[in-house]
Amino acid sequence: MTTHAHRTTAEAIISAVAAERTGMVASLIRLTGDWDLAEDCVQDAVERALMRWPHDGMPRSPAAWLTTVARNRALDLLRRSQTERAKLQQRAITDEMAPSRALETDAQSDDRLRLIFTCCHPALALEGRVALTLKTVAGLSTAEIARAFLVSEPTMSQRLLRTKQKISNAAIPYRVPPDELLAERISGVLVVLYLIFNEGYGQHEDHLAVEALQLARLLVDLMPGEDEARGLLALITFQMSRRSTRFDAHGDLVPMEEQDRSRWDTALMEAGHRQLRHAARSGRPPGPYRLQAQIAACHATAAAAEATAWGTIVALYDALLAAQPSPVIALNRAIAVGFRDGYEAGLAELDALDATALAGYYLLPSARADFLRRLGRTDEAQRAYLAAIHLAPAGQPERRLLQRRLTEL
Amino acid sequence: MKYMMFVVVDPDAAAEAEPSEDDLTIDQWLADVDGRGKRITGDALRPVSDATTVRVSRGQVVVTDGPFTESKEWIAGFDILECDNLDEAIAIAARHPQANGGKLELRPFRTDED
Repeated sequence: MTTHAHRTTAEAIISAVAAERTGMVASLIRLTGDWDLAEDCVQDAVERALMRWPHDGMPRSPAAWLTTVARNRALDLLRRSQTERAKLQQRAITDEMAPSRALETDAQSDDRLRLIFTCCHPALALEGRVALTLKTVAGLSTAEIARAFLVSEPTMSQRLLRTKQKISNAAIPYRVPPDELLAERISGVLVVLYLIFNEGYGQHEDHLAVEALQLARLLVDLMPGEDEARGLLALITFQMSRRSTRFDAHGDLVPMEEQDRSRWDTALMEAGHRQLRHAARSGRPPGPYRLQAQIAACHATAAAAEATAWGTIVALYDALLAAQPSPVIALNRAIAVGFRDGYEAGLAELDALDATALAGYYLLPSARADFLRRLGRTDEAQRAYLAAIHLAPAGQPERRLLQRRLTEL
Repeated sequence: MKYMMFVVVDPDAAAEAEPSEDDLTIDQWLADVDGRGKRITGDALRPVSDATTVRVSRGQVVVTDGPFTESKEWIAGFDILECDNLDEAIAIAARHPQANGGKLELRPFRTDED
């Protein structure tokens, strides 16, 4: 009983801290312009909370407690420095702490948006945007991010440092972009979040996919009117609804048609549909993320693989190609045509694709191999599987699936 | 924040450029940027065929014709901008006539803090 109560408290503390962390870091960056100082002071406040609260109990307002501790810590550190800049930074913090400027929820969400848009600024290298978003918005440690991207911790630490330095040296503004820039900058944020998702989703250990889901939820909370942000959230939600069936006990990929649909997460699927309905209320024609989410919704609602609405999916791919021409989308459309009109038709569509644009991409030979296998053209399928295996990333689940198919021929 | 904006000519990109009705002439761009007090100075440069490279090797001054570069790109001019932040500099660069068919490189100046 006691142990249980204790654990609930610890969980409550951790979730209270997690809920406040991003906003606190974001507002300290706004006040001081110093990313390292902000992260260190918030980390310090979090550690104190984890030490004190289990004994003293949770404060009435965890947010206010944490904010005060973090800001006082920042003031302490800044007092040690005699520079003009440090004095300005102290002034900014004390002004903000004045009773007339009590913690406002709106101001906090604005700070988190400022943080997200700054981390995803197009003048930063893409890998830097991804790393900084995971570090400051999602609150991952440098070691965790380094592991996720298979680089050493010093390398990741250097990448984060360079990114923060560029923000300061090039004077990238810490703000929510003005209206005329907003659309293009939001799509830049969505690119970063989707990249984080895909980095995690391809793996059996999908921590980054879970982080991306939470980041997408945060963005939708902060910008409820952005239909493409909802589209991305819906897309990620539908894909996550299948996560428990995507890999077998050995960590090998299970193709969608072989997945146990009864184990798909219906609550997540319903959440995905809800986001899509909400996005549709914007009245705007669906953009690339909403269209991809609608495709994912078609798969989610099919009672069996054979019952998939391939006609609808092909039409959605047509719209997606018009909105965002890309050889990979054209490839996926060709595959969908094969399931709608028959595998011969699918092969013809694959042959009509721009092979130069897809050169070196394993999914083209792998799609050919799949249709040839279904048509019983074993020799040709074998050659196509070998070509696909040759191009597939070494040691990855996709490659093992292709090898399994080859041996099953 | 002060930015050096290099105006870069790229013959390959120039061949593919599609003129648009929104493109400003250089005079219109200058009138806009100078009118808002965002430009400290700037000028156009002669091409690399008129350039001279100087270096010192083992105490000897070595003078050669042109720059040491394989690239077809060359710097055709520069402007020094005074902007509130990078977004403002990007907006100014994006309206420069060379943005369509060439490119602009924005480099913040070193400051005393560096």
